[in-house]
Amino acid sequence: MKITFRLNGETVTLENAPVTATLLDWLREDRGLTGTKEGCNEGDCGACSVIVTDDRGAKALNACILFLPQLDGKAVRTVEGLSGPDGTLHPVQEAMVTHHGSQCGFCTPGFLASMACAHLNGQTDYDDRLAGNLCRCTGYTPIIRAAEAAASEPVPDWMADAVPEAEGGSEYAPSNSDELARIYHAQPEATLVAGATDVGLWVTKGLKTLDPVIFLGRCEDLKTIDVTETEVRAGAMVDMERWRAAMADLHPSYAEMIRRYGSVQVRGAATLGGNIANGSPIGDNPPALIALGAVLHLRKGDDRRSLPLEDFFLEYGKQDREPGEFVEALSFPRQADRLRVYKLSKRFDQDISAVCGAMRITIEDGRVTEARLAFGGMAGVPKRAAHAEAALRDEAWTLETVTAARAALARDFQPMDDMRASAAYRLDAAGAMLARYFAEDQGLVTSVLEVRA
Amino acid sequence: MSVAKPLPHDAAPLHVTGQARYVDDIPLPVGALHLAFGLSTIARGRILSMDLEPVRSAPGVVCVMTSEDLPFANDVSPSAHDEPLLSDGSVHYVGQPLFLVAATSHMAARKAVRLAVVDYAEETPILTIEEALAADSRFEEGPRVYGRGDVPAALARAPRTVSGRFEIGGQEHFYLESQAAIALPQEGGDVIVGSSTQHPTEIQHKVAEALGVPMHSVRVETRRMGGGFGGKESQGNALAVACALVARATGRAASMRYDRDDDMVITGKRHDFRIDYAAGFDDDGRLLAVDVTHYTRCGWGMDLSLPVADRAMLHADNAYWIPEIRITSHRLKTNMQSATAFRGFGGPQGMIGMERIMDHVAHDLGLDPVELRRLNYYPSAQAVSEDASGGRISAKMKALTPYGQVVEDFDLHEMTEALLASSDYAGRKAAVAAWNAANPVIKKGIAFAPVKFGISFTLTHLNQAGALVHVYQDGSIHLNHGGTEMGQGLFQKVAQVAASRFGVGMEAVKITATDTAKVPNTSATAASSGSDLNGMAVKAACDTIRERMAAYLAQVYQADVTDVHFADGHVTVGTERMSFAEAAGKAYAGRISLSATGFYKTPKVDWDRIKGDGRPFFYFAYGASVTEVAIDTLTGENRILRADILHDAGASLNPALDIGQIEGAYVQGAGWLTTEELVWDDKGRLRTHAPSTYKIPACSDRPDVFNVALWDGENREDTIYRSKAVGEPPFMLGMSAYLALSDAVAACGAGYPALNAPATAEEIWRAIGGMGDEL
Repeated sequence: MKITFRLNGETVTLENAPVTATLLDWLREDRGLTGTKEGCNEGDCGACSVIVTDDRGAKALNACILFLPQLDGKAVRTVEGLSGPDGTLHPVQEAMVTHHGSQCGFCTPGFLASMACAHLNGQTDYDDRLAGNLCRCTGYTPIIRAAEAAASEPVPDWMADAVPEAEGGSEYAPSNSDELARIYHAQPEATLVAGATDVGLWVTKGLKTLDPVIFLGRCEDLKTIDVTETEVRAGAMVDMERWRAAMADLHPSYAEMIRRYGSVQVRGAATLGGNIANGSPIGDNPPALIALGAVLHLRKGDDRRSLPLEDFFLEYGKQDREPGEFVEALSFPRQADRLRVYKLSKRFDQDISAVCGAMRITIEDGRVTEARLAFGGMAGVPKRAAHAEAALRDEAWTLETVTAARAALARDFQPMDDMRASAAYRLDAAGAMLARYFAEDQGLVTSVLEVRA
Repeated sequence: MSVAKPLPHDAAPLHVTGQARYVDDIPLPVGALHLAFGLSTIARGRILSMDLEPVRSAPGVVCVMTSEDLPFANDVSPSAHDEPLLSDGSVHYVGQPLFLVAATSHMAARKAVRLAVVDYAEETPILTIEEALAADSRFEEGPRVYGRGDVPAALARAPRTVSGRFEIGGQEHFYLESQAAIALPQEGGDVIVGSSTQHPTEIQHKVAEALGVPMHSVRVETRRMGGGFGGKESQGNALAVACALVARATGRAASMRYDRDDDMVITGKRHDFRIDYAAGFDDDGRLLAVDVTHYTRCGWGMDLSLPVADRAMLHADNAYWIPEIRITSHRLKTNMQSATAFRGFGGPQGMIGMERIMDHVAHDLGLDPVELRRLNYYPSAQAVSEDASGGRISAKMKALTPYGQVVEDFDLHEMTEALLASSDYAGRKAAVAAWNAANPVIKKGIAFAPVKFGISFTLTHLNQAGALVHVYQDGSIHLNHGGTEMGQGLFQKVAQVAASRFGVGMEAVKITATDTAKVPNTSATAASSGSDLNGMAVKAACDTIRERMAAYLAQVYQADVTDVHFADGHVTVGTERMSFAEAAGKAYAGRISLSATGFYKTPKVDWDRIKGDGRPFFYFAYGASVTEVAIDTLTGENRILRADILHDAGASLNPALDIGQIEGAYVQGAGWLTTEELVWDDKGRLRTHAPSTYKIPACSDRPDVFNVALWDGENREDTIYRSKAVGEPPFMLGMSAYLALSDAVAACGAGYPALNAPATAEEIWRAIGGMGDEL
């Protein structure tokens, strides 16, 4: 596939970019730019972080699960491109030296990409900006000191990356959903690549050869978010960082879950449609969206259909999606915010949920008028808790009702034991989330994240 | 003087620009091959057949090797010659290398190894402690026992006792740079190896054995590692040997790096432990007797398990004098990765066993846990040095460890007092209690933990180091020693020593890669010994050259040698003053040798590990921490809110680097005890083999408030500029996070939490469930 992008300020055109070659391998093996490191090769450690700029701005991404064709028409800046042409250090580089932010130095280039990107964008929420960069030496403290010290320094002029014209030459990189519908309908065996945060691992870990591959990144019409008086509608290619921002005002508890769901590097690449279409029983968006009453919009060729999101997940590994059919959009009604989403994992940030519980419970005059409870990690699919919902509906909103609904969860779910959690813990924790919802309604402090020494 | 200055890491400017070169960044000659191991998929059994034809015919494959293709030693063990590089037909764990592939790219090699068709005769693996005990599957003939007194009788006599069982999980190193090596074939069958290793000499040794050549034919170079933490003390042997074998067989350069999942599946981790304990004490909380039994799963090979388990025993007392004590240690052989060195080397497991006991005793008596600890501390250094009585309850007698070493440098009384004040422990403990009274869902906990960690290799002969220093005629200095750089800042500290000896600025000193051709027969950079050993060896080498220069210049200028001074980049001889460069030039012209080796061996150490008696440690390093946490009583989710640390680095060679070690070690130690959980299934398969499932602390997991200070003291022993080792000791400061979680769980009911480690959210949830009072 022919692509053009900018690398540290220079235009690069590849006539024949292999479709599943990763940016990381290309940088290190073909380009000799070994500053960017491979730590895990699955997007979890951030050692391979680079800055990628497109029309929407600059973001940090993991180069290990970024396929070269995804870069067409974008600009990439690696650690080698953070210093000025005369070798002047970028303020975050200078600060990392002064504040002892590197020890073994192996994670450092990735940290610097994230830090320089945050610096460029004026972002100072460092715990979030750096949640996707693991360091095993420093305990992070000196890195945060460095980031804070550099915050007030001006952005160096060499950091301004112009975005080149995309080649867009390949039919495997459609520029809108109509083109996508046509070629996918013709080649339903193709693999669709949205953000590659999941498909990337099929290549780097599963060692699969994917052919053909259709890249959705240029389908701008799938990236819209429309919020009207009555409805919220998002295209399948809305990335999770934009979706988090959209949810921050409408459903802040959902936005907070998205903050934890993946690092900025993952959220910047991963898409809402991808997280649904891959059918994972532990994807974190479906429970929240099911609780909100979301409808999924599918398209195959020129045929479109819509279905309640919970009906899309048939059983483990199986979704109601025909060959050649793709997720086009998702919508749910505008509503007063009664949604709470609780993500339970071993680590708060950048971890896969043991249980993800989403609950929308509306109360009028002390009685439950509506209850939609959906859970991830509790079954082979994201699933509603029908018995627990029934135990809540039309009952007084009291501890007794909550206790009864907790008990009913055992009839909804028979979760499994795995490395993330035992079945007993999962079941109890799902109920605990309901109890937390109730406690939160009573005004109690219910989150360790909000507590300070 | 450069020493004691808070200089940045010497390579920091290279780290931040991406120029710092790690093994896999080294440009390879044309035609270089890339290697991967084919791994076993069963935990125990024999290979019936191995069809490697599909592997050989895979795209890019140049060479495939099995154990039958190895010309000489098939062994990569650091100790007992029990770890074949490639399976000899028997299989001992899931992930054991069975065969080796060399291909034209890393990806081609990885793809090819998956094409093998292996048929096994599977046997039931030994995985659990119970299974290993039942099968008497162990290293050494039986359990090792250290201690003194008649412990069963003392326990029977004691007014009060507690007993319990404590499970302590292992830990994956998760160095960010996975294991890596390259080999470059040389003329005459020699080989140059680049290895990400803490132990270049052992790499040299194992490669020489595998190639059937003397050690002089193998040169190993290590500029830096992307993290080590003990995981690169022995675990790099297989990669280096594999590369050397392929280089020899093909005449082409060979390169190998483990993909992260392979790294986690193949290599050893921290030993997990089960500790059964019983403690007897009086009503005031004075310990009378302690009986602890360590059960540790060593995995399939011996590796370094014996000294690891020994060190756990040597830290079973932590900071406390226990009149009668028995420490029993079972080193169990199981069908898992061969557990290996990891920062603290068994010390953390032994020590937290004792802290668990103190936690339990304090809970039993309703005593303040800090007061209980102080009551049982070893006597202060001052009390010991002033004690001339020799009487039965003298300070000296109460300073005697279970293994016969007198604790002569105990500073924890004073450090504890200082930390309690600086952290406002009493005020915050009251605030935590008030919070807990007012909040039913989120509970807080606060706890203090002391650390006393013994410094020296317990294998006495390892306590030696060498250095090689050249002064060039322009006054620039080439520095080399046997220590390796894994991020700890060793090279910078030792360069500060060299600069100080010559009275020159740091710019005069060139730090160079560790190289077995420059300094031979080195010990692993391990046991926190790096700067103690290599700093002294470098000092010796520098002083040799300095004395030669001084003698020559004194003669030239007709001055007394004592009137020659090296300072501020200059040399003064009586009234003459010249730059160091001029002095070096004059010495060269005067035909003075400006190159010297240096050597150091640690004094005073003498240890009999079978008897459990002697002086294994030159000195002890101390630290103390206070941690405050919050837990969610509904789900067990938890977080560290604040940590305060006071740590003893002696007279620090570089306070900035030392504080960096302490901050990082605390977070790593807290990770071991909280989120880092290794899970094997009942087939012996490691289920947590990537960062997606194995969770080391992330940025937001560090304490919100994190106060770290160095204790203002100096080493009582004559170490390099009176500094103390700092690599491992602060790891154990993370114990206070575990103890604070226990304190928070204790707020949920009347029972004792009996938290296991790691105290994951699920473990805390489990413990809360056992507390009796439903909230």
